[in-house]
Amino acid sequence: MAKKSLNVNGKRVSVTYDDPQIPLLYLLRDNLGLHGPRFGCGLGQCGACTIHVDGVAVRSCITPLATVSDKQKVVTLEGLGSPQKPHPVQKAFIDEQAAQCGYCINGMIMESAAFLAKNKKPSDTEIKNALANNLCRCGTHARIVRAVKRASAQA
Amino acid sequence: MNIQISRRDALIGSGALVVSFSFARSLTAQAQGATKPVALTEVDSFLAIDKAGNVTVYSGKVDLGTGVTTALRQIVSEELDVPIMRIELVQGDTLLTPDQGTTWGSLTIQVGGMQLRQAAAAARHALFSEAAKKLGTDQLTVADGVISGGGKKISYGELIGGKKFEIKLDPKQPVKEKAPTEYTIVGKSQPRVDIPDKITGRFTYMQDFKVPGMLHGRVVRPPAIGAKLEGVDDGALKKIPGAKMVREGNFLAVVASSEWNAIRGAAALKANWSKSETLPDQAKLWEHVRNSKVAKLEEYGKTGDSAAALAADGVKKMSVTYDFAIHTHGSIGPSCAIAEFKDGTLTSWSASQATHNLRKQLAQMFSLPPERVRCIYIEGSGCYGRNGHEDAAADAALLAKVVGKPVRVQWSRADEHGWDPKGPPTLMDMRAAMDAQGNVTAWEGDFYMPQQTPGGFLVPLVAATLTGMPAAEHIAPGNVFQNSAIPYKFPNTKSVCKRLETTPFRPSWIRTPGRMQNTYANECFIDELAAAANMDPLEFRRKYLDDKRGLELLDRLAKLAKWEQRPSPQKGTIGNIAKGRGVSYVKYELVRTYVGAVAEVEVDRATGVIRVPKFTIVHDCGQVINPDGLKNQIDGNVIQTVSRTLIEEVKFDRSQVTSLDWESYPILKFPQVPEIVIELIDRPTEKPWGAGEPSAAVIPSAISNAVFDATGVRLRSVPYTPAKVKAAMQSHAT
Repeated sequence: MAKKSLNVNGKRVSVTYDDPQIPLLYLLRDNLGLHGPRFGCGLGQCGACTIHVDGVAVRSCITPLATVSDKQKVVTLEGLGSPQKPHPVQKAFIDEQAAQCGYCINGMIMESAAFLAKNKKPSDTEIKNALANNLCRCGTHARIVRAVKRASAQA
Repeated sequence: MNIQISRRDALIGSGALVVSFSFARSLTAQAQGATKPVALTEVDSFLAIDKAGNVTVYSGKVDLGTGVTTALRQIVSEELDVPIMRIELVQGDTLLTPDQGTTWGSLTIQVGGMQLRQAAAAARHALFSEAAKKLGTDQLTVADGVISGGGKKISYGELIGGKKFEIKLDPKQPVKEKAPTEYTIVGKSQPRVDIPDKITGRFTYMQDFKVPGMLHGRVVRPPAIGAKLEGVDDGALKKIPGAKMVREGNFLAVVASSEWNAIRGAAALKANWSKSETLPDQAKLWEHVRNSKVAKLEEYGKTGDSAAALAADGVKKMSVTYDFAIHTHGSIGPSCAIAEFKDGTLTSWSASQATHNLRKQLAQMFSLPPERVRCIYIEGSGCYGRNGHEDAAADAALLAKVVGKPVRVQWSRADEHGWDPKGPPTLMDMRAAMDAQGNVTAWEGDFYMPQQTPGGFLVPLVAATLTGMPAAEHIAPGNVFQNSAIPYKFPNTKSVCKRLETTPFRPSWIRTPGRMQNTYANECFIDELAAAANMDPLEFRRKYLDDKRGLELLDRLAKLAKWEQRPSPQKGTIGNIAKGRGVSYVKYELVRTYVGAVAEVEVDRATGVIRVPKFTIVHDCGQVINPDGLKNQIDGNVIQTVSRTLIEEVKFDRSQVTSLDWESYPILKFPQVPEIVIELIDRPTEKPWGAGEPSAAVIPSAISNAVFDATGVRLRSVPYTPAKVKAAMQSHAT
């Protein structure tokens, strides 16, 4: 069993592992008890596991621990905001009631937050393209686009 | 709000209501589990109020990701006049919640919600009656769970807090409910109670749930359905700390202390499996379906003599075939369950839509009496029918039994795509006759679908099959015969469901089972008849409907969609992108929710790619509980079904499913999602009907009809892949 120090949601944390190739997702969920990033495919195809590493949206299910340094800032949905103090994107998702089962929503919010940081006033088409590799099965897409638009208008 | 209710009013229509508060028993959380009734005939089965006046609702119907538990809270909140935030809801626990039936078929509000409404109404009458005694007046008002009268007040908590109602419910003598004209909560959009936690990562899905001391299991799936495990080398497992192989018959798995080690361990096993080829050649699937042995013929919607009318001279005869591919559920989060054997009792935590049925199946599998099995629902990723949750529950239970510790099983993406039960392939032969004036004189449909074996809807558990443990042998596709009959008043009609003895995969129900496939054929075929009669397709439908609500719905749809009245296909379209519109209509199961849809499509003639820029929906499910929640559901029905219609098809070889990920079984992505315009027809004084499925039924036909309008080409095979569209256009041109 080995140990590694990480910066997660602004805090210095330590994770233990047997296999340095373990995807970050499993450590965040099982070691650190975070529920934001979700297992969806383990293949980087659906986006449910999305987190930020230094502000960039990455798929934590295919990001081996070995590739993340202790100096990089890892942020999960929990680190973005809380029910009491939601991030503007989270607030917009609540205002638009942009969830059905909500299982994919972590990825939608993390992807959108990273996207809006670069593109402050996107068109609907740009939002749809930015989310093109995030899958939702319940069919919440229309509300999600409205929520991202709302967040951008308030930024 | 305040409602004036006299004691006399309260007792009118109260049927078997017996007001007898039992002050003897107090309901601590523990004792509650042991003594709480779950019979459908007891108010206490559904409701408890504590001393602080907080209400706990016990619902056998569960939230599959639809937000319906917010709507159920609204119903109880309205009936009891207690704020929603003071209502907790316990769902799908075989020890605590009544068996209100599987959460399926768009019945949660229609059946489950109405049972809750009755229980709440009975509780309210009892509380008022008791308050009248305590306050010495029957001129009472209520607000936020506090009853006032004669200048005094008493709260629900003071009246009943922590004690049982002990009131019987009798469906034959329903209790009088609040008048819809008094509603302030039902019928108004209510933000969902679960959304803030889901948006901020605080919600506990089944996939997040843990129990102390649990291990993680990963099942090694056979490379072929029916393959036998001939040998396994677990030498490589030694390198993975804490990993242990479990082998029971053809069931092979690894259990480890962490999920990643279980995954690594499963990958490290070298197993030899026998060859097994049980599946038909996919290229000849429809021949296979057509030639499958028929177990039973079921006839629906018979009027007149369709055979004679079809054989008559001087009529125009039409005969076409539709098919609808095999679909997978495709929840974004693969199935997950935890199980624990303790003191001779199995506890199973899962996201099963049918915990009461799962209890029966697990009891059978482990030869336990059902009361020694407790199944607890924990919401998982969106569930659209009987997917892999029950199978994951059986996997976990088997592993927990073998290792003697609680075990969590998280399915992989390939497990989910490969081993969930499938929406079966459906084939539909349609025939009609029309006279010289364009009147339909005969209508027949033959619908090829798997049989439903008698005795229940227990889809066999994979782990039971692999181990050879006792299991149900049911073939259970759900009530897929529904909507094979039509709402139109043609003179000679008959729909025959050919219930097939076998189907290529273990079938189950996926959102709108059968109703989607049957409505697809019926609503495309009526469009074909409208075109043959050179009539506007919406007007053609109106001509054969005599249902007032259906006709009103179509009128409102025409207005909302700015429907241009003319026959299809439209004339004189030029250019590579052909645009068109198509209509479809359903009366769900011919007895409830009405939906009308207009699809607008763009067909790229060169590539065969269909775009659906817009859907317009008018929806009448009677009394609406939560309009925003309902619109969210309709969005979901439209988008999910556009995906199923345009893209989705399970791929397989002779041994197994080969479309095991999102590349090989893609679903609709953001850039392809249509704009959706919805009009709800709210009828507060009517019964509330279901909405989780009906609007999905009209989507495949509306798109096909729109493509015909645009191009003059009929698409009769779901999914409408670019290759099929191009082939259809080529054969149309020649």
